[in-house]
Amino acid sequence: MLSRVAEAIYWMSRYAERAENVARFLDVSFQVMLDLPDPVGDPWAGVVSATGDHALYAKRYEVATRDDVVRFLTFDTGSPNSILSCLRKARENARSVREVISSEMWEQINKWYLLVRDAAADESVLDDPHDFLTEVKQASHTFVGIAALTMTHGEGWNFGRIGRLIERADQTSRIIDAKQALLLARPTELGSSLDSVNLSALLRSVSALEMYRKRHGMIAFPTVIGFLLLEKGFPRSVRYCLNEAARSLHAITGTPADAGDSVPERRLGRLSAEYEYASVEEILAEGLHNHLDRFQSRLNDSGAAIHDTFFAVRPVTPESPERPAAAATQTQWSSAH
Amino acid sequence: MQFERYESASFYDEMFDAAGQPRHGCALVVRTLAAIPDGEVLRRQRAAERALLHMGSTFNVYGHEDGVEKILPFDMIPRVIPASEWKVLEGGLKQRARALDLFLDDLYHGQRILADGIVPRELVETAATYLPACRGLDPPHGVWCHVSGTDLVRDSDGRYYVLEDNLRCPSGVSYVLQNRRVMKRTFPRVFEASRVRPVDAYPSQLLQMLQYVRPRDVAQPTVVLLTPGVYNSAYFEHSFLAQQMGIELVEGRDLAVRDGFVWMQTTRGLSRVDVIYRRIDDTFLDPNVFRRDSMLGVPGLMDVVRAGRVTLANAPGTGVADDKVIYAYVPAIVRYYLGEEAILPNVQTFVCFDEKQREHVLANIDKLVIKAANESGGYGMLIGPQASAAERASFADRIRANPRNYIAQPLLGLSRAPTLIDGAVEGRHVDLRPYILHGEDIFVLPGGLTRVALKKGSYVVNSSQGGGSKDTWVLASNGSGD
Repeated sequence: MLSRVAEAIYWMSRYAERAENVARFLDVSFQVMLDLPDPVGDPWAGVVSATGDHALYAKRYEVATRDDVVRFLTFDTGSPNSILSCLRKARENARSVREVISSEMWEQINKWYLLVRDAAADESVLDDPHDFLTEVKQASHTFVGIAALTMTHGEGWNFGRIGRLIERADQTSRIIDAKQALLLARPTELGSSLDSVNLSALLRSVSALEMYRKRHGMIAFPTVIGFLLLEKGFPRSVRYCLNEAARSLHAITGTPADAGDSVPERRLGRLSAEYEYASVEEILAEGLHNHLDRFQSRLNDSGAAIHDTFFAVRPVTPESPERPAAAATQTQWSSAH
Repeated sequence: MQFERYESASFYDEMFDAAGQPRHGCALVVRTLAAIPDGEVLRRQRAAERALLHMGSTFNVYGHEDGVEKILPFDMIPRVIPASEWKVLEGGLKQRARALDLFLDDLYHGQRILADGIVPRELVETAATYLPACRGLDPPHGVWCHVSGTDLVRDSDGRYYVLEDNLRCPSGVSYVLQNRRVMKRTFPRVFEASRVRPVDAYPSQLLQMLQYVRPRDVAQPTVVLLTPGVYNSAYFEHSFLAQQMGIELVEGRDLAVRDGFVWMQTTRGLSRVDVIYRRIDDTFLDPNVFRRDSMLGVPGLMDVVRAGRVTLANAPGTGVADDKVIYAYVPAIVRYYLGEEAILPNVQTFVCFDEKQREHVLANIDKLVIKAANESGGYGMLIGPQASAAERASFADRIRANPRNYIAQPLLGLSRAPTLIDGAVEGRHVDLRPYILHGEDIFVLPGGLTRVALKKGSYVVNSSQGGGSKDTWVLASNGSGD
């Protein structure tokens, strides 16, 4: 498979996954607002900082009002991580490989993009975004389902799967990091009902509340963190994402799952093994924020190794040491976060 | 859909004769369409457009931001061509394709036709599309124009004329295939009864041709389609054709030359490429030979082509044969190489390069259509009878300054076809671009792209300037359609 094509499928999936995560996160934030009897400080500013894009927000808007925050996360094309921006990039990548993905996948991502673009043109959805955000999430699930059912589970599909899982692991870790900062900022209230509201919101923002309750029942800080990071079979836990990404990587290289012949296999395999055998107590003892920080940088290293091994267009002739592709690749890579 | 008030006026109408009766082959279509209630027509039109948008069957409009890909407006009333009429067109197109290929091979080798004074040497040597770097090139089987599209029009007398040749990988064939899919979905019954010749084998025929022209010592060729990328206006077509043929769609940055061969960069290293169906212009192919600033091409590609280790389709340098001035010489070219008269006539053409003809053009600029030798897409032309005095004067100056670059033709009363405009049926001018493949033999896709000028009275059918398209139905010889 062409390197450029593999890379485009990978990024198509990452951006599609990111769009879904933004929609889910925003939807839950809305619901939490309704549950906060007496908002402390500036709740919408908290929503922005949870996305990690507060510096950009501050450049584009004055204060964190409800409408501006929602616009920033949904339709603002000046923000690279708004739903519209993510889908635009997902679709552009899809468009450059539509002869490789199935036409059903292309139609779905095209419809999904048009849904958001048309909503952006009218903005009336901002009054009550729940239905709109639900549609965005459903479109994402439909896309993933269509991909699984219509595209050969070969190299291209596995690159797409790695992209989606790496993005998801990244998003899950970011959202835990943002929420734990809020939770730990008010230590006296730990265990209060407000805390429970925030922890359920954290679970819901990765669609984990129901599955968590089935497993643990009571909501408590360490078990919630343990579930989101280490639950073996839950499709949004970090452990699950790493395991499955490693599996797809081995399907691409053809080496056995217990061997690590290439740099990406070694990096992703090591990271995945760590989560396979970690305990939540160790993680909390390390300091949750420190741990997540270290995790994100190692996840980035794995992504970079995949890039270098499979996507980077290496100069192959002495006459053409610098090829234009490198520039385009870099741009996309650096826009990851 | 109501045809009662349809005016075929003073133009040749593709569907109705002068007495208002459906032409040979059209009666069944007219009857079926007329039976559909107006609201239903509109509903089907919308459904057809939605289908095209969701299939992403779009072209990009240059100079706009992302998200303004447009679908080529699609008219649901088909254009019908009876079998007997098509047979003549097919023969004429094959003859022309054969002659132009011999012409190109001669131009880039012995140049007999120049020595014999049939085509002026100066004309060829001053053509921007003539590439001296291609002298001595020997494409496999002597084929230069693997894919071409010839624009045909009908004048008020109902006769077909060749308006121009397009020998530089013309686009549009994907619309032919998509329009047909949509029509089959929209009017299955009419379709069934009409015995329309199919077009969907085109991608296989294209692939077969590309495999045939592989370098001589390759048994199992790897064929790729080279595109300028997603921002090219015809990107959809490149992607669609690559998908239909099951070949890789590559950009210049995916390819490299090493050890005398062309390779593509894959996730498993380099993989050899044997045939490139390229949809980028000649001068962008290889920055070492042509435009140095080209980011779309592959440095060193031309060396590999010359060594016969990769085939380009079309071969570089074919543009010289569709220069609008050279066009005037095509009937002579056919006679010279084939010893036959051209089956399809040219439109009468005045070449401003020739002093006498130039004087005639300048004196009659208000009656003529002036075209620049090397523009396409409906740009660089003046429609004398419709232009202002100032526009005419400015074109006259341009002709005097660079006579070699201009030709003039009488304004044809292009034929019209009934077209749905805001729910009513009105006549609009059309042309026809059939697609021709040249490999082991010459194949003409039955039908082609009927382009329609949607603006009332307009003669400009180009998609960039308000044109739309229709499905073109060539009837099988045993089908009546009546």
